[in-house]
Amino acid sequence: MRTRISGAIGAALAAAAFTWPLAGQAWEPTRNIEFIIPAGTGGGADQMARAIQAIVAKHKLAKVAVLPINKSGGAGAEGFLDVKNSPGEPHKIIITLSNLFTTPLATNTPFNWRDLTPVQMLALDNFVLWVNAKSPYKTPKEYVEAAKKAGSGKFKMAGTGAKQEDQIITVAIEQATGAKFTYIPFKGGGAVATQLVGGHADSTVNNPIEAVAQWRGGNLRPLCVFEKQRMPYKNKVTKDMSWNDIPICKQAGLDIDYLMLRGIFMPPNVSAEQVDYYLGLFAKIFETPEWKDLMERGAFNQTRLKGKEYADWVAREEARHVSLMKAAGFIAGK
Amino acid sequence: MEEIQSLLQGFAVALTWKNLLFMFLGIVLGVLIGVLPGLGGANGVAILLPLTFTMAQTPGGTTTAIILLSCIYWGALFGGAITSILFNIPGEPWSVATTFDGYPMAQQGRAGQALTASFTASFFGALVAVVMITFVSPIIAEFALAFGPPEFFSVFLLTFCAFIGMSKEPPFKTLASMMLGFLLASVGTDTVTGTLRFNFGSIWLLNGFNFLVAVIGLFGIGEILLTLEEGLAFKGKDAKMSLRVVMETWKELPRYWMTAIRSSAIGCFMGVVPGGATPASFMAYGMAQRFSRDGERFGTGKVEGVVAPEVANNAAGTSALLPMLTLGVPGSPTAAVLLGGLMIWGLQPGPLLFIEQKEFVWGLIASMYLGNIAGLIVVLTCVPLFAAILRTPFSVIAPIIVVICAIGAYTVYNSIFDVWMMVVFGVAGWAFKKLQYPLAPLVLALVLGDQAEASFRQSMIMSQGDLSLFFSNLLVGSMTTLAVVLLFWPLIALGWKKLRER
Repeated sequence: MRTRISGAIGAALAAAAFTWPLAGQAWEPTRNIEFIIPAGTGGGADQMARAIQAIVAKHKLAKVAVLPINKSGGAGAEGFLDVKNSPGEPHKIIITLSNLFTTPLATNTPFNWRDLTPVQMLALDNFVLWVNAKSPYKTPKEYVEAAKKAGSGKFKMAGTGAKQEDQIITVAIEQATGAKFTYIPFKGGGAVATQLVGGHADSTVNNPIEAVAQWRGGNLRPLCVFEKQRMPYKNKVTKDMSWNDIPICKQAGLDIDYLMLRGIFMPPNVSAEQVDYYLGLFAKIFETPEWKDLMERGAFNQTRLKGKEYADWVAREEARHVSLMKAAGFIAGK
Repeated sequence: MEEIQSLLQGFAVALTWKNLLFMFLGIVLGVLIGVLPGLGGANGVAILLPLTFTMAQTPGGTTTAIILLSCIYWGALFGGAITSILFNIPGEPWSVATTFDGYPMAQQGRAGQALTASFTASFFGALVAVVMITFVSPIIAEFALAFGPPEFFSVFLLTFCAFIGMSKEPPFKTLASMMLGFLLASVGTDTVTGTLRFNFGSIWLLNGFNFLVAVIGLFGIGEILLTLEEGLAFKGKDAKMSLRVVMETWKELPRYWMTAIRSSAIGCFMGVVPGGATPASFMAYGMAQRFSRDGERFGTGKVEGVVAPEVANNAAGTSALLPMLTLGVPGSPTAAVLLGGLMIWGLQPGPLLFIEQKEFVWGLIASMYLGNIAGLIVVLTCVPLFAAILRTPFSVIAPIIVVICAIGAYTVYNSIFDVWMMVVFGVAGWAFKKLQYPLAPLVLALVLGDQAEASFRQSMIMSQGDLSLFFSNLLVGSMTTLAVVLLFWPLIALGWKKLRER
């Protein structure tokens, strides 16, 4: 291991020594890359970041190592502020989730995605409406009708965090249908799925990867996916269903779509060459079998944007979060 | 017995030279990680996780990889006690309760006994948990599903109540210390509403006060300050240094069979639920004190006071892997990282894991037996070595301890602010000792306050403010009742005595 590290350092130094005098040459990292995760260990963003670290190490895609660091304080604000406050630092990248938008809006933390440099959208994470397999509901319509009939607040929706994506979707469902749920916030997606299996909640909007094990175990039932089209994965996940077999919520009478960004940003004021290096690195990562496998296991939407398209997408999404959160009353007073 | 057959096949999988090598490697690394405060098992496993990715690609490699990682975990569970006993610095949050009697023992020159008792107790606890995982895992997994927010809250309530009455300090000092702990625990992001509390606009307090930073300061730095004041010397320097200590201590241990069984039950329960190893160790300590004939003398260096928390924390740490494997819900932060590892390797924890990945699961369970035996051998042979550390002059070791503490505090969140926080907590720890306020209630409230608050408020959201929820079924009702009984035990015992005298 030591020889490998010193070898890598040596190679990096050699590379730096050779490339230094040649202006305009492609930029390469000269020390290990800090990979900030604005969320705790074990969650979706953390898993993806650690998978990227492992893929880079295994296929030797970079001359230096990628080191994930969790900075989850203040619903991720800690991580975002760290990156914002490292202008021009090319050895630092951050993976984002929807807290890129929701955290500054809900807590008044002083940052905005425009403070960072957008690099690459990795994928979009889906949300599925799940109920306990023992419950009688087969369609979202049946479920929503039952919730309405039971009365305001009688049905419980478990979700990850407060004023974040799960609760935003819950409020969107309430506004679209007139049903009223009691939203119970938990710390992680795994705990949310277990609460539903254990019958302590009536439904969840877990990401596929958070609930898939319990779905396959016959404990959960997906009602619909909050997407514009069906998920493309046709391999059977359970005995008789694939991700592709889950209907989209809009067709099932629940006109809501929501996807969560899994994307990469860099600190402000980095050069175009430095951004290009990471674009090249991720292009190589996307081609590995491990990455493709991860995408299928988590039933991700594989939209990959970069450059201006990515920034435009993020801007649109920010505006959408402002209106969603305003409607839900989640915006912090100044 | 289908399980025995599966287990034997598991041993066949686990018992290769390569796996044994990685097992010992993992244990040694784990003990080191456990010794260094701040660098917890979760961090250690996370750092090594990527290395195992390549390993997992070879046939049978996933088993080797999980053996390496889980052995780091066992090692950390063993090793956490070492600094607690020698220097009053808990290497891991779950070894705080071990300091209560372990450190006084070391000061009396009985560090060897304390370490032996702690390691043996750890082994016993882990063994009970593994046997439980082997034979009754499906039933236990179902049981974990019964736990919703009210059940979790009643477990935390039970922990607090089991602990509160036992303090020898005046009740109001205990209460004051505990409330201070709750106050500190409430700083940072509030899980239930997502808003920031008590950070006074500072970005440094976004994360709240980390438990480990507080503990390293309160115990470690506080202790160094006290020693400085009292004359720059370790009290335990005449610790015995031969392996005979191990045998002598073993002769004494069977006396505490009742404590060991009670603590393993508490540990297994808390691990599966998953409440975690830290509350398990506190609860076991509190219960041991209550039910021991010698309860009065707990905290003065009783072997029983080391056995109880150590059995419980290893039983909990080990059984925490069960909900991870069968439900995909990690019972501890380390289990959370292991869970991430399983997913990266392409395994899917959940109800089907035991059916689809039989070889892997039973290989892992077999490695739990082997890993713990390996761990016990490694740490026991090192007992004289550890005890010898106390012979080093204070002027040499104290700066080293301070540096290790500072590194530990820094590692938790990679933040220099935490190092200053540690110093502040150190001074606070010293002041607490001087004013004879107990530290343990503060620590307990700081580590569990957050979760207890979250589960209480989740329950109140569910029931729309109706407290009768905590008596709404047999499980939660009996735990809440038990908690109330334990809280008022001194009064109840007094009343009982009066009644009998009449």
